[in-house]
Parts: sequence; C-alpha cells; structure tokens
Amino acid sequence: MALLEVKDLVTEFHTEDGVAKALDNVSFTLERGKVLGIVGESGSGKSVTAFSLMNLVDKPGKIAGGEILFNGDNLRLASAKRWSELRGDRIAMVFQDPMMSLNPVMRVGAQLGETVAIHNKLPKAEVERRVFEALKRVGIPAPLERMRAYPHELSGGMRQRVAIANAIINKPDLIIADEPTTALDVTIQAQILYEMKHLARQTGTALIWITHDISVVKDLADDLCVMYAGRIIERGAVADVIRDPQHPYTRGLIDSLPHAENHGKRLYSIPGATPPLLSLPPGCSFAPRCSRAQSTCNATPPVFKLESREHRCFFPLG
Amino acid sequence: MTTMLETHDLSKSFSMKRSSLSRAASAIGLSKQADSRVYAVNEVSLSVSKGEVLGLVGESGCGKSTVGRMIAGLLPATSGTLQFDGKDMTKPSVDTHLNIQMVFQNPYASLNPRQRVDQVISEAAIYHGLVEKKNAQSFVAGLLKQVGLDPTYASRFPHQFSGGQRQRIAIARALALNPKFIVCDEAVSALDVSVQAQILNLFMDLRESQGLTYLFISHNLAVVEYIADRVAIMYLGRIVELADTRSVFARPNHPYTQALIADAPRLDAKVVEHRPIQGELPSPLNPPSGCTFHPRCPHAMPRCSQERPPLVKISDGHWSACHLNDAAMRAGEATAAEEQPITMLHHDQVN
Repeated sequence: MALLEVKDLVTEFHTEDGVAKALDNVSFTLERGKVLGIVGESGSGKSVTAFSLMNLVDKPGKIAGGEILFNGDNLRLASAKRWSELRGDRIAMVFQDPMMSLNPVMRVGAQLGETVAIHNKLPKAEVERRVFEALKRVGIPAPLERMRAYPHELSGGMRQRVAIANAIINKPDLIIADEPTTALDVTIQAQILYEMKHLARQTGTALIWITHDISVVKDLADDLCVMYAGRIIERGAVADVIRDPQHPYTRGLIDSLPHAENHGKRLYSIPGATPPLLSLPPGCSFAPRCSRAQSTCNATPPVFKLESREHRCFFPLG
Repeated sequence: MTTMLETHDLSKSFSMKRSSLSRAASAIGLSKQADSRVYAVNEVSLSVSKGEVLGLVGESGCGKSTVGRMIAGLLPATSGTLQFDGKDMTKPSVDTHLNIQMVFQNPYASLNPRQRVDQVISEAAIYHGLVEKKNAQSFVAGLLKQVGLDPTYASRFPHQFSGGQRQRIAIARALALNPKFIVCDEAVSALDVSVQAQILNLFMDLRESQGLTYLFISHNLAVVEYIADRVAIMYLGRIVELADTRSVFARPNHPYTQALIADAPRLDAKVVEHRPIQGELPSPLNPPSGCTFHPRCPHAMPRCSQERPPLVKISDGHWSACHLNDAAMRAGEATAAEEQPITMLHHDQVN
C-alpha cells in the first residue's frame, strides 16, 4: 500500500468574483521513503496542494472533492482532533519562510521540545535529547548553544534548518516542504538539499518537495509532477520528465531556462501568460499558449497513462 | 572597446550607531567599546566597456547591491573613485547620473501604487526637462511599446499588472531618461521561469537597439552565465575573481567560485554526489582575518588566515585573489593558472 494516495482532489476558493478552482482533479501516489517533486509557476496550485494535504485551506477556500488516503486512512473524513494528532507527528510541513513557522518569542529548544512533548509523554531529559539529536541531524553546529537561542539570533539558513529539525523530530511518515530553499543562498541551499536527501534515505520518511525551480528537484526527487493552472499536466520519474517531456508546457518550461549554450541567443519563452484561475479557458488551459493546440483541445484532456508516465495532452511530444 | 564605466578602489563603510548610554559609558571610561564600522564594500575596481554586460555575483550580504547603488549614485562612496565616460562621478550628481538608471528586484515595491503607469514612467523625464508635459502621452506610449506593453495600459495602476508586466514598466521608467548604462539589481529574480525568459530577452533586445551597457547583479549563476560577457564574483565586500564568463564557468580559479558553481543546481549537469561547501557568509561586522574565505575554504593554509591575497592576474583577462595561485606559480607550473591549481571533482563543466 502506498503511503499517500491522492485521488481527484479538488480545492476551490469561493470569492466575490466567482469560484476559482485552485486544484482540479489532482491525483498522485507516494511510496514510503520516496521523494516527490512538484514544480509549477506562481498560481499553478503547488502550494494549495500542500495546504490541502495538511488540511490547512482556510475560508474562502475549501476542499470540494476527492480523497486523500494516508496509510489507507481517508483524511478527508478525519476529525479536528485526529488532525492535531497527525500534524507534526505523522505529517510535518516546512514552509518557505522559517520566520512564519517559528515562534519569535520562544527559544529554539523550547519550540522543538513542544513538538515532541505534545505527541509523546516523555521525561524532560529525553525530550531535550531528541531536540539535540534533531538539531545535530540537520547540520546545526553547537546544538546545545542553539537550543538557547531565539529565532532572530540565527541566520536565514540556520532558521530553515531549525524548521526542518522541527519537522523531522517525531520521525514523521511524510514531510511536505513548500519552497523551503527558495529564500536561501546557493551554497546554503546546496547544504540543505544534501542533508535532506540523506535524511530521507536514512529515516524512510517520504518527502514532497514543492518548488518553482525544476533544477532544484532534479537530483533530489524520484518522481516529478508538473502543475499548470491547478492540474497536474505531467508526471513521471524525474529524469524521464526532464530528458523527454511529453507535455508542451513542460518542454517550454525547460527550454525557458537560461544556460551557457544559449548565451547571446534569444531564450525560448512561452507565448502569453498564465491565465487567471477565475477565467480559465475551457478544456486544456494551456491550449491558448500552445503551438500544437487544435480544436480537440477545447475538451479537457484526460490523464493519459503509459507505463510509469502520465500526462494530460491530446498531442503529446515525442 | 571604449571603457564606459570605471571604478577604482570603490569602498563603502557604514558606522553602527550606538545608543547614547553606551557612548556616555565609553566617554567616562566605563566601557571600552569603540565605534564600530561595517565595511560593506572594499576596494572594488571594475571597468565596463561600452555595450558590455558585466555580471556581479555573490551571496546575500556580499556587497553586490551596495556596489550597484554606488554606481547608480544612490549611495555616496566612502572612498575610491567612479568614472563614467571619462568624467569623474564619485560624488553623486543629478545631471551626470541620469545616464545611469537602475532596475530593482521587486516590481511590487519599486512602483508607486498610487501613481498611474504614465506618471510612473514620465515623472522623472518631465522633471529633468527631457520631455514636455504636453508630449508626455506619446512619449509614454512609445516607451510602453518598446518594452512590449500595450500603450492603452498607460492609465492603469501598477496593481492591475502581473509581475512580469510590472518589471516591464520598471524598465520603461529606467529607459525614459535615455540612459547609457543600466544597473539591474536582481531584476529577474522574483519572476517565474517563463516570464524571466521574456524579460531577459527584452534586456538583450534593448542592448542591441539602444546600445545599452549593463551591470547585471544576480545570485543566479545560470542567468549570469547566459547574459553576461564578463563576471565578477564577490565575497564579503571584495571581488575574489573576475574574468570573461566562459573562463569563469569552465575554469573557476578561486575556491569560492568553484564552490558556488558546484553548488548551483542545474538541469544539464550529471547527477553527482558532492558535499557542498560548509559554513555561511561571516558577519561583515567581524570579518575573518587574512583571506575572508579561509574559514570555509577546503584548501586553507596557515598563510590564508594571516595575509589577505591580492586580486592578481592569473592569465589573460582572468583575475583571482587566492594564495594558491602564488604557490602554484612559484612551484614553476607554468600552466598552473590555466589548468587549475586545485582539482575540482564534482562538476562536469570543470575539466
């Protein structure tokens, strides 16, 4: 049984101007100990996916349909009490901005200790030992000293490590990380990616890594989902998707990346702009920007499956 | 090629304001704390030729934006000189600095939300007498077309635009003063990949049509490798390496540059396990002695903590500030500088 199975998840936002379908029949599975990358541009629904999985979608948004099976348990039916048992213990989340997830008036050690103590009845010394271990695991030097520090006394990279330590401390089955390295410097990002990769391998924790930068997940993830306007438009093993993308949007995204070979030449850019969720074109929402689009694309493309790959395109590449 | 912009030993330090109590305490001898200064930029010497794109790369806090701001005249330099088109511009002055305009990272913050687009774009040009108020409408329409926006957008407010469109407005505003030189401070960092490609293309088009010269400040190595002709790498307020783009990426000399290139995620690199460089950028308030990179450097020698390596020419057009070059050269390896004094294992671009 897969650790996480998401089936036809729909999340909507009911606004004054109409209903925005932020997630439109999103389905994927994640095995224990595997890393799933979710890539997309602003407004594609990648963060809403994370928030929906954590049941953190606030009004005017709501999960309108679908199933989230976690260890076979349908989380859509879970009570508030069940959710507070799950969150921070079995499913943990790392946000983009660690200042958002850390309490500024609590010492690092106390915050992490709280995460442990809420879910386990343990003697204080054991809680502290676990906090120390978690901080050490994420590569924080002098963990004992850092436990006495407040978040503002730490650098951005250290704060994000603390947030990650907070996520791994109860050895959850699943960690959802939403752009966790986007605000960090290149060398710090590399350190955190390196450590996460090893952590996932050692602990068997499954990881969902959400990013706008496909090259970040290239070495980290096993599978990759590409999102566009609320739909997963392509899914497959990360190397396959990057080497030979089937959806024209994925191809466009990869071709838009600047690199040395196109120095001095014009970069490929996808014509047009991402459509607003409130006025999505009918059928395939990428069709108006797509050079392969035909009248067929006015219908919503179903998920086409071939072996381990999936896409939603009537006229796939290659 | 003619030199358009030249800085010589440009430095900027900021003094840390202390509380009056703390100052009083030192005055009566209760405290030994002296006024502290942060040296944000130290002795930066750069030259940019006409029509060139110089990339300025480094991590947060390395001083790259401060260099950009000094060049654009937004910050006075503490010491050093700045020459533009042969004229001294060390002291920011309105008239001469019209030639240098700036495009900022966040188009949500750099545009006045209460001004309509036509005002945003024409305000400075009208103020400086480059265009008369009655001609402003056609002037703005021309600029909007130039940056790929519909001229009918002139009466809208910034919030009605997407991030990419706003950045185009910010570029139109910079172009309104007919500049020769544009400082782009992380100008594409906040944009989505597909929008980033459009804006990079716009910069390239403008470079050709307007003969513009750019200082392109970015932390994104892929973007710099794509757009820049030459690259300067900064670490803790100093330039540690400077060379044409091809050499920097094919044969990075300074250990910091090597780490930066190896650690940057890229699509075209093979999957290689490597241990990223450890540690973080030290505080500029209390920089390490000698070479400021030595606490993180995998090749540090005793000398590195005592003596700061000068920026020296290691091959034609390639400058680097590392003691290893010295050792390599002294050892008589004639081609050492060309071929890398130290081995780098983990990047397929590095031979």
